[in-house]
Amino acid sequence: MSVADNQVAAGRGSARAVAVLSSLGRFLVIAVTTYLGLLAVTFFIGRVIPIDPVLAVLGDRAPTAVVERTRREMGLDLPWIEQFYIYVKNALSGDFGTSVLTTNPVMSDIRRVFPATIELATLGTIIGAVIGVPLGVLAAVKRGSLIDQVARVVGLIGYSVPIFWLGLLGLVLFYAKLQWIAFPARLDVVYEYTFTPITGFYLLDAAIQGQWDVFYDAWRHIVLPAALLGYLSLAYISRMTRSFMLNELAQEYIVAARAKGLSEGRIIWGHALRNAAVPMVTVIALSYANLLEGSVLTETVFSWPGIGLYITNSLQNADMNAVLGGTIAIGSVFIAINLLSDLLYRLLDPRTKAG
Amino acid sequence: MMLEKFALRSRALLAGAALSALLVAPAFAVTPADTLVEGFAIDDIISMDPGEAFELSTAEVTGNTYDLLVRLDLSDTSKVKGDLAESWTVSDDGLTYTFKLKPGMKFASGNPITATDVAYSFERAIKLDKSPAFIINQFGITGDNVTEKAKAVDDTTFQFVVDKPYAPSFVLNCLSATVASVVDAKLVKEHVAAVTPSADYKWDNDFGNAWLKTGYAGSGQYKLREWRANEAVVMERNDNYNGEKAKLARIIYRNMKESSAQRLALEAGDIDVARNLEPNDLDAIAKNADLTTTSAPKGTVYYISLNQKNPTLAKPEVRQAFKYLVDYDALGSTILKGIGEIHQSFLPKGDLGAMDDNPFKFDVAKAKELLAKAGVPDGFKVTMDVRTGQPTTGMAESIQQTLGQGGIRLEIIPGDGKQTLTKYRARNHDIYIGQWGQDYFDPNSNAQTFASNPDNSDDAKIKTLAWRNAWDIPDLTKETEAALLEKDSGKRADMYKDLQQKILDTSPFVIIHQQLEVAGLRKNLKGFALGPSFDTNFVGAVSKE
Repeated sequence: MSVADNQVAAGRGSARAVAVLSSLGRFLVIAVTTYLGLLAVTFFIGRVIPIDPVLAVLGDRAPTAVVERTRREMGLDLPWIEQFYIYVKNALSGDFGTSVLTTNPVMSDIRRVFPATIELATLGTIIGAVIGVPLGVLAAVKRGSLIDQVARVVGLIGYSVPIFWLGLLGLVLFYAKLQWIAFPARLDVVYEYTFTPITGFYLLDAAIQGQWDVFYDAWRHIVLPAALLGYLSLAYISRMTRSFMLNELAQEYIVAARAKGLSEGRIIWGHALRNAAVPMVTVIALSYANLLEGSVLTETVFSWPGIGLYITNSLQNADMNAVLGGTIAIGSVFIAINLLSDLLYRLLDPRTKAG
Repeated sequence: MMLEKFALRSRALLAGAALSALLVAPAFAVTPADTLVEGFAIDDIISMDPGEAFELSTAEVTGNTYDLLVRLDLSDTSKVKGDLAESWTVSDDGLTYTFKLKPGMKFASGNPITATDVAYSFERAIKLDKSPAFIINQFGITGDNVTEKAKAVDDTTFQFVVDKPYAPSFVLNCLSATVASVVDAKLVKEHVAAVTPSADYKWDNDFGNAWLKTGYAGSGQYKLREWRANEAVVMERNDNYNGEKAKLARIIYRNMKESSAQRLALEAGDIDVARNLEPNDLDAIAKNADLTTTSAPKGTVYYISLNQKNPTLAKPEVRQAFKYLVDYDALGSTILKGIGEIHQSFLPKGDLGAMDDNPFKFDVAKAKELLAKAGVPDGFKVTMDVRTGQPTTGMAESIQQTLGQGGIRLEIIPGDGKQTLTKYRARNHDIYIGQWGQDYFDPNSNAQTFASNPDNSDDAKIKTLAWRNAWDIPDLTKETEAALLEKDSGKRADMYKDLQQKILDTSPFVIIHQQLEVAGLRKNLKGFALGPSFDTNFVGAVSKE
């Protein structure tokens, strides 16, 4: 290696660092703007909806004097801008206020409900990726064949049928008729008030503590909602895998590999998929983020006490602190996953290394 | 060739993965033998503090977990019987009530129950001044005088002084409301939080309110173990209870809102009781050999009301015409079947003086005659705010159809519950359809809201249902107040009958039915019964076979 080569290599290295740093910086700017936007939009929607938040605190029967006192206590007599300013100021110091519904600080509520959503979405994504990637690969390899058609129909249904409808059908079939799965909740009552979670991921917690009966019970509760979410992400992942694979299979190196006499298996799994894997990281990460924020309906149908259900309940009760806190939590995860997948993409894909 | 083999293997793999995801052994859905699990919409709960809680589902929990001085007598709901109080006397001037407590009673914590606890319970309810506090402070009791007006004379004697010689039945009925629940003063005082006094709240502590929102300091048959908002309420047997101990060790209310979900869970045996069933699910449960149903009339009436700010709706003949344009019988046999009984007076059955004759029938000709007299022979257009959900939506649709026959074109404005309420409370509606449950088991509760309106101005201090509909009624307001001071129960009942008749004849309220609370249950339950009010749905007698 010549001196010049070394310099080029060093230059490449620092270019890579700069690329990573600049994308980090860009993301910080995006993150801050996104946060402020999220806050502002959610906050003002909360003020525009024709629901009196005092009603949520006091119920329908409160005497007028109590209503007015509570309105002052909640700062609702102040101008909107001032309310927003106070909210942002408190939020910056980590105080998202108290939830009207649960009477707990919003942050502690979120810490409690978020693991349920993450557990569900993670399992959903795993199911989606484990089935979706091979399905997409097969569809691409056997383009136009039966399996390609099947993959397309599977994807189409996943895209077009509302998940709550599938959820209800699933409940009627697997819960009510076949009794294969447990009823909507995270655990059976027998366990719910005896089991002490550690991380909040019940499957993991039960395994750590060696409580296999709890593990089995948690599994019976999570399997259907996770399978449904998995189906959603499967539809997306398989379609994207198919198009990435088609793209790769048309490349010259595949032709070259075939000419060299490599087995089809090695060509597909060893070469093509490996190259397609880089954009797949983004696809799977995005699908994961989508499941996290999109689990609202699934959580409602399955009484899954996660953040989706938390926000839905809060919204119905004009519990704006909780809605804002939940929105920010989901927004944060979304931004973080985007950032991570982008960085991973840059690190994995040789073509993006130079920026 | 290679590819095909590979594809085959993958297909097998795929099928295997899909199968294993679903392959789970059949459920052995049985709730534990010592635990009662109820599916119940408990999303209305905002606090478990008896001085603050005022919702229907909290009433049930409070009723089971706290004791009162006196309680509704379930064998005759126009009377009360002693709970913590052994006996009581009313002074000759009708102002001083003296209660003698039963001896040797304990809270769930083990602390003894004394008259000081009773006095503290009144003091904190009044000083906190949350939604239900008016039930006590309508006797002239304020934060400044409560320690004088509600005090412990000695360990077992509690004295309660009112400002006017009210009907004793009225005072005692109010004392049976959940806001008068007796809390463990010693325990609560260990949990009070400091508060900086302000113009709105002049006391230096919160009387344990922050803690009691989710905490417990009572002496009821069950003690509250946990409330998780929108998820569950868990109660456990109180072994220190002063009466007959509860049969089951644990009661769990699981938040389930949907009737169909409750039915599924009940059929599968995952819950023992389903509490929010709609007629079709109720029907299906009644036909299932493993299940049974029960019901009880509750103090809740459903009504539509006409805002008198709308000049057309303010015409007396129009108000009456609406009462003939509701097909009560059709509603009773469809949407309300099993969950409501046609009832047209504002006092629910079971209240002192309640009337039970329903004079109005669906009569288009009569209604048209009235509309013609009012100068609107061809009808008119009007809107109705309807909260989505049953039975209100179904009722609204039926009424829309029958009003149409009389020429009144009704536009339904659907909305979320809190949304329609916000509009209703601001008097911005034309017609509202809703339910009203009495705040305490006394005729005054509903009389006050339907038949009195002390100040019809927009910024009135007291906003009754008559106010919400801008119905200005100084004479009826006086009559309602007078009924409170009538000591003779018989005469008092007659006064309420008169008020009900006047409301039927002239009011902008079309009262349609009284709620029948229903429950679907597993057949192995024994002793499950719904009470006449929401705080008398006791579960202490429930057992399993």
